[in-house]
Amino acid sequence: MRCVGLTAGRSRGSGGGDSPIPAVTDSEAGTTGTAPSLRRSPGRRPIPDLLFFGLVTLGAVVLLVLIFSIVIILASQSELSFRTYGLGYLVGTRWIVPTSASPFQVYGAVPFIVGTLLTSGIALLLGLPLALGSAIFVATQAPNFLRGTLGTAVELLAAIPSVVYGFWGIYVVVPLMRTTVDPALKQYLGWTGAFGGPVTGDGVLTSGIILAIMIVPTISAVSRETLFAVPASQREAALSLGATSWETTRIASLPYARIGIFGAIVLGLGRALGETMAVTMTIGNRDAIPTSLLSQGQTISSLIANELTSNSGPLQYSAVVEAGLILLLISLLVNVAARLLLWRVSGGRRVVLAQ
Amino acid sequence: MSSRLQRRKWWSHLLTVLSGLCVAIVLVPLVSVIYTAARIGGPALSLSFLTSNPPEACTPSPGITCAVGGIGPAIQGTVIVVGVAAAIAVPIGLAAAIFAAEYPTRWLGRAISFTADVLTGLPSIIAGVFIYLLLVIYDPAIVFSVISGALALSVIMIPIVTRTTELSLRTVPQELREAALALGIPKWRTTLQIVVATALPGVLTGTLLAVMRAAGEAAPLLFTLFGSRLGFEGFNRPAQALPLLIYNFAESGAENWRELAWGASLILILMILVTSVLSRLVIARMVRRMRGS
Repeated sequence: MRCVGLTAGRSRGSGGGDSPIPAVTDSEAGTTGTAPSLRRSPGRRPIPDLLFFGLVTLGAVVLLVLIFSIVIILASQSELSFRTYGLGYLVGTRWIVPTSASPFQVYGAVPFIVGTLLTSGIALLLGLPLALGSAIFVATQAPNFLRGTLGTAVELLAAIPSVVYGFWGIYVVVPLMRTTVDPALKQYLGWTGAFGGPVTGDGVLTSGIILAIMIVPTISAVSRETLFAVPASQREAALSLGATSWETTRIASLPYARIGIFGAIVLGLGRALGETMAVTMTIGNRDAIPTSLLSQGQTISSLIANELTSNSGPLQYSAVVEAGLILLLISLLVNVAARLLLWRVSGGRRVVLAQ
Repeated sequence: MSSRLQRRKWWSHLLTVLSGLCVAIVLVPLVSVIYTAARIGGPALSLSFLTSNPPEACTPSPGITCAVGGIGPAIQGTVIVVGVAAAIAVPIGLAAAIFAAEYPTRWLGRAISFTADVLTGLPSIIAGVFIYLLLVIYDPAIVFSVISGALALSVIMIPIVTRTTELSLRTVPQELREAALALGIPKWRTTLQIVVATALPGVLTGTLLAVMRAAGEAAPLLFTLFGSRLGFEGFNRPAQALPLLIYNFAESGAENWRELAWGASLILILMILVTSVLSRLVIARMVRRMRGS
């Protein structure tokens, strides 16, 4: 075991993917390009080159400015809510929108933060084993002729739009939950207290299940790529020691790929946190902390979808935008973490996905 | 000893079966989604379904037959808004990718790669909120318009185009660049006519991936494209899109509207699956031709 771990570590260092090819620097390229025309001084670059460089830089700057302007715009528009509630917004448990009957309003983000974390947590809990199992099967166990087909089929799950999952959820999953799953959970696991309340079919658990389906292709495809990237020599070494197929995966492939797989999981989490349409259509859209896994709730993204343009006054508008800011910051954090993990494992070489 | 070996082999087989079972379970929803869309939406499909307007809300009862109608405005709107979004996103993404891949010694190049990676994880609804807020401040007249929707979709497309393009530019052998530069070809022509041309299949995949993703997004369009019962009326007016139509009609009480939404789902799924398969084929052919010559 220790021996395998060691070799895994060492060959990762030496063969860590395609290390960036020694690059021709700008000034080098410029001088090489201008070499034949000796009249030009060596340091200067022709005008079209500078123009091209300028245009290309502009594109790069747009991309960088984009991410900052998103943060700044959301922050500036949530100012009213921030001035009214301060940090209390983050611990406020009530979200009451004024109506013509009662003008009282108060806004706290806890119901939606809880809803977001609960649905994403359920999605990870249910989706992770399936995603890892399918990644391991496709990368190490499946016969060669099935590999491409199965890999593509799993990835097609990611190609189906979120709103179609939501629609399918309303038609197939919600009735199934209402008639079969929820009553069974209540009957057999009701004592845990996690499955109380009325059975409606939609709610936190239903959304979590649909999210699980949606994040499986992300986690599975990225994990599969990192498993594919394990050098054949690793597996061959284990096999030559007499390890069975599964033992080879366990002692040679998984330790080698673990950082990449962890990155894949965090990436999947990021997707679950920000998913909107499928959740909005199946969670019930109730502005309160879910009392059980069967109860209806609201995530940050479904809150935005439902209430950003509901015209309930400037404070409500600002509070919704602030919820969006929280979602933005959480998902940036999660994605930065995922990318750092995946960059570390691939040495800058990245996995391309539809998502 | 041999019984131990047998146990290990058994264990191995068991886990192979279990992991295979995972694949099977994962594929159940895929089959179920496509089956449901084909079962309910399939019968509604016809040529006129693709071109005519949505019908009035109606639930069939004895003596009443409902008009089927169609999703013409939604298809038209999706094509236009995604097209405009691509026209915005592809040049920017391409430029950013060339910057990151061809001028890599600058720290900014790495920052671009990383930003593009992180931005692909941006919740799509945030893209919609961003453009909505921006236009509410700077040009309230076009908050709900084709331009607004296209801007929101382009926020989603730019990072996808950037990272797939950059990735394929990096697969171009360094020798090609050096050979071109050694012949005295200026850097900009080397980049466009040698490097980008060589990497074209990858660039096209990136664009197609981005287009497919944008065509299926509803969340960014909720507060931008907004939706409409009518066809395209101008770039400064709201329009319909397939995902928006599905969302709006999905929970409606009218049975023919729900059928319409399933038909639209089926069209959307087919569009995305066919594009994805076609792009794989085209790219495989391009790669083969490049290797052949």
